[in-house]
Amino acid sequence: MRHHIGEQTIRFESRPAITAVASVVGPKEGEGPLGQLFDKVEPDMMAGTQSWEKAESDFARQGIDLAVKRAGLEIKDIQYILAGDLLNQSIGSTFGVRSFERPFFGLFGACSTIGEALALGAMLVDGECADNVAISASSHFCAAERTFRFPLELGVQRPLTSSWTVTGDGCMVISSEGEGPGITAATAGKIIDMGIRDANNMGAAMAPAAADVLVRHFQDLKITPDYYDAIATGDLGRYGLEILKRLMEERELPLGDRATDCGVMIFDNETQDTHAGGSGPACSAVTFASYFYPRLKEGVIRRMLFIPTGALMNSMTSQQGESIPAIAHAIAIESQ
Amino acid sequence: MDYLKAFVVGGLICVVGQILLDKTRLTSARILVLFVVAGCLLGGLGWYEKLVEFAGAGASVPLPGFGNALAKGVKKEIDENGFIGVLTGGFKSMAAGVGAAMLFSFLASQIFSAKEK
Amino acid sequence: MESSEKAKKQYQDMVEIYSPKSKIATDCLRAFLCGGAVCAFGQFLSNTYLSYTGSKETAGALTAVTLIFLTVLFTGLGVFDKFGKLAGAGSFVPITGFANAMSSPAIEFKREGLVMGIGAKMFTVAGPVIVYGCLASMVVGLFYYFLK
Repeated sequence: MRHHIGEQTIRFESRPAITAVASVVGPKEGEGPLGQLFDKVEPDMMAGTQSWEKAESDFARQGIDLAVKRAGLEIKDIQYILAGDLLNQSIGSTFGVRSFERPFFGLFGACSTIGEALALGAMLVDGECADNVAISASSHFCAAERTFRFPLELGVQRPLTSSWTVTGDGCMVISSEGEGPGITAATAGKIIDMGIRDANNMGAAMAPAAADVLVRHFQDLKITPDYYDAIATGDLGRYGLEILKRLMEERELPLGDRATDCGVMIFDNETQDTHAGGSGPACSAVTFASYFYPRLKEGVIRRMLFIPTGALMNSMTSQQGESIPAIAHAIAIESQ
Repeated sequence: MDYLKAFVVGGLICVVGQILLDKTRLTSARILVLFVVAGCLLGGLGWYEKLVEFAGAGASVPLPGFGNALAKGVKKEIDENGFIGVLTGGFKSMAAGVGAAMLFSFLASQIFSAKEK
Repeated sequence: MESSEKAKKQYQDMVEIYSPKSKIATDCLRAFLCGGAVCAFGQFLSNTYLSYTGSKETAGALTAVTLIFLTVLFTGLGVFDKFGKLAGAGSFVPITGFANAMSSPAIEFKREGLVMGIGAKMFTVAGPVIVYGCLASMVVGLFYYFLK
């Protein structure tokens, strides 16, 4: 275990580079605070297809296509595609990548998928198993609502702690050579379940998983939060982020103002009525690709810790009264 | 006057539903079931009918009124057809409402599509 | 993360503090006004139908059918869910909620086909109401038959 440090962390000596990113989103995300930063805003939730599911796959296809082109590569230069989403059997990703005809690993980490993909992609490149890997995470509000919650036209009041699934796809190309911010370390998270049962309060279910992986990351690398310029969790939302800050204060590793959350950044609750914030695999993926990546590249942010978070229940386990297991992966990314 | 009574009584029944929604983990689907069953049992005892006489649509339009109609229907069927009415009464009395909802919903599904939010 | 039962309990108590509560007073007021308005409108329909048909029962059935028709229409036009968000229980406790629960999945699942899409999904929320309503009416019927 040459690269393994401490209990759960891998240090990537070769610093696999994120050479290109792409973010393709739906109209609501385009109207949000990050609207100008996305590469493509689809005006149509259906993306010109006949179903929400097909639209999600098309977002994934567009995202990968764009990121690979931007990296100055062709799709045949990509040794592996790693992708995941929220839909049953990950159809959002598999239907999206089928036209590429490239080796594919389907991932499931719910909203933490892009973190899982960054860690595994960096391992493939650092381990010299691949020169170029494309990773992607997608979700679609309408497809997720009908799969997990209610029909769109059912008149329901959403609880204040509920979140809004982001429509879109975030893709990145990780390469052994080329310019771009490097992945320096990854701490893989354990499944943490603190007994939260309310599927409308996923931030509270996921915050302990984020706290656990953060503490482990700092201990394994023998650093403190101030090592990083920015610490961004995936989709804890407004209330989940506050809970995480409190948990980290209790552990004497206060995150301070450098802590933020992609779910909080992507929507404006005042004007967009999204309650706790954005969620879904695309939430952290498109926020990283559109906001953090350019800043890392310019050196405005020199070191960041990216912690996509995921709630790993489904509607059946919720009906059976099970609590919500959660996971988070911490990925350290530094500008060149 | 009957409009005011309908407004107040109907509104209050909805407030009970809202309190259940906000204060308990019950989803709207569970509250609907609860209200229909409660209306049916209260109707069986003959109590709900008194509220309908007082408040008219204020008691019959909310879902406990739907339950009450089932209880009334089952009693009527038993009076007319004997024991088999236990099985047929409830279904018969919801036939108009459910039939209409089925027909309109089917037609709507052919005409409309779900709107993105 | 310590995950003993005690730690879980402590964490859940903390979550309670950090989670915003729904504004029950405003919610109830809106449910009262909207639900009351639906019922008053029902009363208007009922009075009108009664004056034409002269039968209380027919007027009641026609009132229900009219409210169901309007609900399904507004569901299809994509506005009922906005009323539902505003009115809360004021929209789903009246018969309008039942009609919305049948029409919204029918519209949503048309791509899954006529049988397993529209046909089956129409009853995902309405089905339990029908099942338990019927069972409750049978309980009432049994008591009525043996005790009358």
